[in-house]
Amino acid sequence: MIDFELSPRIKGTQKMLRIFAEQALRPVARQYDEEEHERPLELINLVHGFMKGGLGGGGLTGGAPKKETEEGGEKKKKKPSERQLMTAVTIEEIFWGDAGIALAFPGQGLGGAAVQATGTPEQKERFLARFAGDTPVWGAMAITEPEAGSDTANIRTTAVKDGDEWVLNGEKIFVTAGKSALEDSDGFVVVWATVDPKAGRAGIKPFIVEHGAPGMQITKIEDKLGIRCSDTVSISFMDCRIPEDNILGSAEVVDKTQTKGFKGVMATFDATRPMVAAMAIGVGGAALDSLKQALAEEGLEVRYNISPNRMTAIERDITEMEADLKAARLLTWRAVWMLDNGRRNSLEASMAKAKAGLAVTHITQKCVELMGPLGYSRKLLLEKWMRDAKINDIFEGTGQIQTLIAARNVLGFGRDKLK
Amino acid sequence: MVSFEPSEEQAMVKETIAGFATDQMEPAMRECDESGGVSPDLVKTGWDLEIISSAVPEQYGGFGEGPSALTGVIAYEEMAHGDLSTAMHIISPTLMAYTILLGGTEEQKAEFLPLFCGDEFKAAGAALVEPRYSFCASALSTTAVRDGAEYVLKGQKCLVPLAAESDNLLVFATANPGAGFAGVDAFLVPRGADNLGVSEREKNMGLKALATYEVSLNDVRVPLAGKVGGGSGIDYLDLVSRSRLALAAMAVGVMRRAAEHSRDYAKERIAFGEPIGSRQAIAFMIAEMFIEVDASRMLLWEAAWKCDRGDEYAKDAALAKNYAAEKCMKVCDGAVQVMGGHGYVRDNPPELWFRNSRAFSALEGIIMV
Repeated sequence: MIDFELSPRIKGTQKMLRIFAEQALRPVARQYDEEEHERPLELINLVHGFMKGGLGGGGLTGGAPKKETEEGGEKKKKKPSERQLMTAVTIEEIFWGDAGIALAFPGQGLGGAAVQATGTPEQKERFLARFAGDTPVWGAMAITEPEAGSDTANIRTTAVKDGDEWVLNGEKIFVTAGKSALEDSDGFVVVWATVDPKAGRAGIKPFIVEHGAPGMQITKIEDKLGIRCSDTVSISFMDCRIPEDNILGSAEVVDKTQTKGFKGVMATFDATRPMVAAMAIGVGGAALDSLKQALAEEGLEVRYNISPNRMTAIERDITEMEADLKAARLLTWRAVWMLDNGRRNSLEASMAKAKAGLAVTHITQKCVELMGPLGYSRKLLLEKWMRDAKINDIFEGTGQIQTLIAARNVLGFGRDKLK
Repeated sequence: MVSFEPSEEQAMVKETIAGFATDQMEPAMRECDESGGVSPDLVKTGWDLEIISSAVPEQYGGFGEGPSALTGVIAYEEMAHGDLSTAMHIISPTLMAYTILLGGTEEQKAEFLPLFCGDEFKAAGAALVEPRYSFCASALSTTAVRDGAEYVLKGQKCLVPLAAESDNLLVFATANPGAGFAGVDAFLVPRGADNLGVSEREKNMGLKALATYEVSLNDVRVPLAGKVGGGSGIDYLDLVSRSRLALAAMAVGVMRRAAEHSRDYAKERIAFGEPIGSRQAIAFMIAEMFIEVDASRMLLWEAAWKCDRGDEYAKDAALAKNYAAEKCMKVCDGAVQVMGGHGYVRDNPPELWFRNSRAFSALEGIIMV
């Protein structure tokens, strides 16, 4: 049955988070934007307290779906899960509060998502248990290199087996929460490196590099356009040694068409892309809510039910933005609903992120425009949201990459046929 | 709990209608457009799907429990996926039938509803749109003034489907032109009523197979019993919103067909030694088409779901309709563009979808879920 009603549990969380966002995040949002690289320690500890209690489940950036136990095993009809939906709703609310601070919150993050998508049960246990501990911990993911962004097959960081260890060499950039994971806590970063540069995609494997690993160093903390509270770092690996069982999944390089390791990256993204869409929607909602409130205070009422050809320019802008935001949210819910129900969602996940990233980039820019000089002023948060929103059209794959993935899915073309 | 899975019944409705749309409506689409009409056989086959009778309760000749907006939008998407003009022709009696079903008096229900549950197609035109650039459903200029035991209707209507073929017209008019949605009522007017004029068929850019007419009301007198709902009248905003859901559903159907057509063509058409879909310029257009089809459908489903629950949904319906209308135009424009010159000639369907798609911005009323 088609149903858009959130369960009471999710609704309750949503309500609580809205209050948290209004009372705890908004008042300090400007401060942590201006004081870039300062960490909101009090908030971090507070959030760790209730994250530990199981809120969201997957951490702020969600997690990959649990693998189905056995193929074709339809014996146990469980109550459908709503874990991913809970995460998406959680993310939207917190990002409505503040995107930069939200990204600085502790949790499994993308690193955890990669472990969930590609790790063995033993590895999940070993690496994820720390998130339920007494102190806040971060998980991060390192894919991008100076010469390889979305072109992940071009990854040059190498992993060579030496005795019972892997030796990593290379440089990773744009690692979200990398400093939090590796310097500020007992966390880890999932590093994608090649075990066989000649094997292309098939040789690329995920490795867990933990806090304190020898030969690993954070070399740069980026100054950014927005999401300034969140640390984005470069990490260099110089003969960085990690235990042999820190490779997630199998070390075997299968033939080029059977790129299991690389499929792990894709499965990770299928789970995290809708979450990035939810982040975007949170920020877009903040901007639109704030614009509508300002207009209402000026006595302007939006006439939703009249014909578009009779609407004022501002009414058209607002109705279009509302529809775009809602469409993006529903596409996101659909993508996470599929995850919760164990369905493949590559197409729907990329659709949700493409729609949300673009819509919210546009919405936040439009809201600043419509508020005139007030929108441009740092007295309000609108200009900050416009800067923050832009990241959603970039990280985890730019809008163009999302559209490319959606196009490949729609056309049934592989990367050979649609470059 | 959130779910995007249609019920078994909805899945069945979808499948049945999709079969009819693909096997019978679409193959006849070009012929209908060129000849300016839908063959009676095709109308009859569509009527046999019993869309209206499945919503009308048994006591009035049907076998349903009132219209479901969600099931309706699923069904209409499939019909319009076959052909928009034919779909609107077959569905056009819904506006009168459902208006009476939802808001009519007991006598009106007993008199009119069985007519829509018979074996033969029952034409029924709804006159809502007015021929002026500033037309808006919330600001009708056709007036209804009480005069003793009668109402006197005065005004001009256009885009009235099947007016000449109908025994009765459903005319929307306002008692108070400044009152917005609140002042509007619906009147059942026999086509042969004095001072009621039905024009020659309108000539529109698209929707050519759907016969539409201008209707002029020059002091047409209607007995009190002809006002739908009697003293309490109708919930006009609800009717307009339900019609917006219906129109949005058809827009989704049209754009989905156009997107599929573009996809298939882009995979087959070779240029510079490879399918044109191998070029991002084309591939991205097609991806965006599919994203907007799904985005439009999601907005529509949510609005229809709210309607069925009895929640406030007028705003959602308006957002969904305006969104789908815009995206339908954009997608159909893209479908012409992807084919280039081949999209511009009448041997191929994109030019037809392109003409039809703009109708959604002009239409209000006409059909309903």
